[in-house]
Amino acid sequence: MALVLAPEPPVRDWLESLDSQISRSPSFFAGRPVVLDLGALPTETPDVAGLLRTLSERGIRIIGTEGAHPSWQGLEAWAPLHANGTRPARPIDVPEEPVPATPPSQDGNSLLIDQPVRSGQSIAFERGDITIMGSVASGAEVIAGGSIHVYGALRGRAIAGLTGNSRARIFCRKLEAELLAIDGVYQTADDMAPALRGKPVQAWLAGEAMMLAKLD
Amino acid sequence: MATVIVVTSGKGGVGKTTSTAALGAALAQSGQNVVVVDFDVGLRNLDLVMGAERRVVFDLINVVQGDAKLPQALIRDKRIDTLSLLPASQTRDKDALTAEGVTRVISELREKFDWIICDSPAGIERGATLAMHHADAAVVVTNPEVSSVRDSDRIIGMLDSKTAKAERGERMDKHLLLTRYDPARATRGEMLKTEDVLEILSIPLLGIIPESEEVLRASNLGTPVTLGSPNSAPAKAYIEAARRLRGETLVVSIPAERRGFMGRLFGRRAVA
Repeated sequence: MALVLAPEPPVRDWLESLDSQISRSPSFFAGRPVVLDLGALPTETPDVAGLLRTLSERGIRIIGTEGAHPSWQGLEAWAPLHANGTRPARPIDVPEEPVPATPPSQDGNSLLIDQPVRSGQSIAFERGDITIMGSVASGAEVIAGGSIHVYGALRGRAIAGLTGNSRARIFCRKLEAELLAIDGVYQTADDMAPALRGKPVQAWLAGEAMMLAKLD
Repeated sequence: MATVIVVTSGKGGVGKTTSTAALGAALAQSGQNVVVVDFDVGLRNLDLVMGAERRVVFDLINVVQGDAKLPQALIRDKRIDTLSLLPASQTRDKDALTAEGVTRVISELREKFDWIICDSPAGIERGATLAMHHADAAVVVTNPEVSSVRDSDRIIGMLDSKTAKAERGERMDKHLLLTRYDPARATRGEMLKTEDVLEILSIPLLGIIPESEEVLRASNLGTPVTLGSPNSAPAKAYIEAARRLRGETLVVSIPAERRGFMGRLFGRRAVA
């Protein structure tokens, strides 16, 4: 799901209200893909590219634009989206969350599953790590914003670092996986060294390459 | 108190209907009051395997939709009077089953019987989910083949999430019934090993039913194998499985290959 931001004229006022929004819920845009709807801006708006840069500097991840006027310069980095009638149905309420004084507790950032993940099941946890006390079956998938720990056989798919976390890792007691992915870099079973099959293994990213090694 | 059991598998052709009939008959033979219910609406088979196809007047759909009373649709077995069948409709499809209707039928059956054994259709759609919804326990029928094992795993996941018991936050007992086990192919390594299946599915083993001509013959004759040839290897395995369902603890025996004369000859030579 992507969020849609629609800047309104006057842009300066809109930016101010956006800033106050961000100060009230600092993590709201973290890791969320954003589509910018520029349709409300008048054609003669100066320096639209500058506005987009300003948003990027605020940590907003723009994945595309909509409604840009053909005369605007400097938007090449943000490709226009051709949404086929899939416009969002309603505006989203931004939750008011207090600025955390201390980092969130470990509990809030990890998910523990104490039973096997069965074929066809999908466990997704974008906020952090997933630990599974059991096996992940063929045809099941586990998707985490952080790392994935499987204290059993990993026979399905494990997708770690979903929110752009290249330091995420995947650990399993027995590697039989169909697919491993970290921050968009993936390997299928065919790509994995046969010597690692059935072994306790960890996977991590070294640059753009996925590395796999036995744990013991 | 009545126990509702769903016999399920995900995959078709693994032996759900045969196992429903054999387990139902075995439980009834031990004096329990048993009804076997065919949930495979549109592809009715249990009546054939039970040898009651010519006695079907009303069916599950008639009862679900209120066109017939439950006692009118129940068919009592001619060989064991504690065994009954509630047949499916062959002319309708699964959409004719309503959740409320099934709930009502199951609660009526609970008052009449000790065991309600529901034969689930293959697949994971409406028919299968309605068959499992009211179950207290499940018998997961699996062949020692990778496709069957993965489909069973999918079904186990649904038993843990889509049933009334799961919705109440309770845990459903699940039993693995390994069917069509071929000792000869197992020794040649052409099938998944029992321990591999158990490791993947991680649910307790109810029994191992050997692949046998007797099972096929029993199905075609309309006689559950535990009734027709109670001394055959598959019948013994089903009878033991039924005793385990009743809570007895019995060691599961892995069927060994019955070797022919030449096999015995070579076997002895190898030992000598």
